[in-house]
Amino acid sequence: MTAVLTIAGYGLREALRRKVFGVVLILTVGFLTLFWLGVHFLYGNLGNVGPPVGVDARTFVGATVFGLAMFGTLFLGTVLAVFLTLGVVRGDAERGLLQPLVVRPIGRSTLLFARWLGAVAVCAPYVGIVYAAAMLITGLTGHWWPDHVVTPGVELAAAVALIAAMSLLGSVFLSATANGIAIFMVFGAGLVAGLLGTIGHGLNSHGLERAAKVAAYLIPFEGLYQDALREIVSSTTGLTGFLLELGPFGGGYTGGPWVRVWAAAYFALLAALAAWGFSRRDL
Amino acid sequence: MNALEVRGLTKLYGSIAALGGVDLEVGEGELVGLLGPNGAGKSTLVKIACGLVRQTRGSAEVRGHRAGSLQARRSLGYLAELFRFPGWYSAEELLELHQRLAGSEGGKAERADLLELVGLLDARNRRVEAMSKGMQQRLGVAQALVGSPPLLLLDEPTSALDPVGRRTVRELLEELRGRGIAVLLNSHLLSEIELVCDRVAILLHGKLVEEGSPAELARPRGVEIETDEGTRLFEGAGRDDTPQLVAELVASGRRVYGVRVLTSTLEDTYLEAVGGETS
Repeated sequence: MTAVLTIAGYGLREALRRKVFGVVLILTVGFLTLFWLGVHFLYGNLGNVGPPVGVDARTFVGATVFGLAMFGTLFLGTVLAVFLTLGVVRGDAERGLLQPLVVRPIGRSTLLFARWLGAVAVCAPYVGIVYAAAMLITGLTGHWWPDHVVTPGVELAAAVALIAAMSLLGSVFLSATANGIAIFMVFGAGLVAGLLGTIGHGLNSHGLERAAKVAAYLIPFEGLYQDALREIVSSTTGLTGFLLELGPFGGGYTGGPWVRVWAAAYFALLAALAAWGFSRRDL
Repeated sequence: MNALEVRGLTKLYGSIAALGGVDLEVGEGELVGLLGPNGAGKSTLVKIACGLVRQTRGSAEVRGHRAGSLQARRSLGYLAELFRFPGWYSAEELLELHQRLAGSEGGKAERADLLELVGLLDARNRRVEAMSKGMQQRLGVAQALVGSPPLLLLDEPTSALDPVGRRTVRELLEELRGRGIAVLLNSHLLSEIELVCDRVAILLHGKLVEEGSPAELARPRGVEIETDEGTRLFEGAGRDDTPQLVAELVASGRRVYGVRVLTSTLEDTYLEAVGGETS
């Protein structure tokens, strides 16, 4: 346990020292400021919006912009998670940082788990804070609050933790640059799959919906994100709820009810594969 | 029980054999120098011993435990040829980190002792990024000594050191010998190895081609005698033959002005063993 905490602390300290953390903080302030401006003007002009009969404009605008903020949060959380983990094994080994740690009497899988823990200790609170800030901005400015407050934030944080695990697994086999590119491509593919699922739902295309569902299980961070979107409007019914489900940030149900369980199992698979790969890697 | 014992150690990278069946022992408290040209397999051997690289065949044991196992890693300290420490750690903090990882209970006293041993006590609060390469290398030696391991594996520990730094490490190695710590020293500096090592092993193309104490490897190269007729070399003669040679020369009416017993240096032996190879 001491070794896990020591390595996690090592990773945490490295994360806080790296320039990327400062850059992400500045970007976050910029993102939240822009978001506040957007929400402020959207709700300021709400009176000019003439929604179709049966659609609650305040809920529609709130859920859509907050969904957008959740995408932004996931993206920023992903940037942070990837840059903190992309070079943990091969990258650090090539720079000579890893060897002095690996020869210590701690298991390689322990070291990997501790590095993941250190990254999550930075990324999860970060995602939680940005998510809460966006929710407060939307709620206080537009007087709209999501149907579920905590679960979507937890799911976003879990999605980022999963991406950190994917990036750590990638770091065992790929160089830092290749790993970073690969993870962002997977991230992009996941988002496209999610959007296709939403379009498929709107067009009643079972083929597209099935493809999106398969993608959500192949890369369950996307399924968690979609489930988080669903949670924020899960109690919204009628035409408003229907239209929100059609929108890009409006609560799909791509993964189905088992996506959370699958995400946990997926993490276990990633961990096992990373531990196996790392145990066989010459440094 | 040996501090390190490797038997038939083989490491293949595809079709290339980095090590081709090496047998080597490092006894408790023994200081063994590992020599060889670049690519001879020295670093591979050291990396297998500390569990960074997995052998293809053969065995490597550290104090009776399989190399790479937790028990084996508890018994060794390692300084890599190419290493780097996070720049934001101070010398003291870095040693503290490794104390925690090694399970050392030496605390502040051990850190002070190690920093003094490598001449960095005054720089204990200096960050790694503000240290010269030589200072970092000495810090690396101190890091390897955390927890007083009975076996130390040093891969080119003096490559970035100036002559004073090298001398510090040489004195440190002698101090370690006094403390009963076994050392496997991988170095290109023959004079250094000759001065401090109890035994020397020379690797070439992944195979052990010479092994013995520096004295054993320093073969007799003859006796040179200066007489009134000039200087004569008696090839194949050794120190024990000298009185008889001198007596014979004097008996034959020669005047003897000087006698030199010639032995090969470790450098001669090394060059002979590796056949002038550099990589």
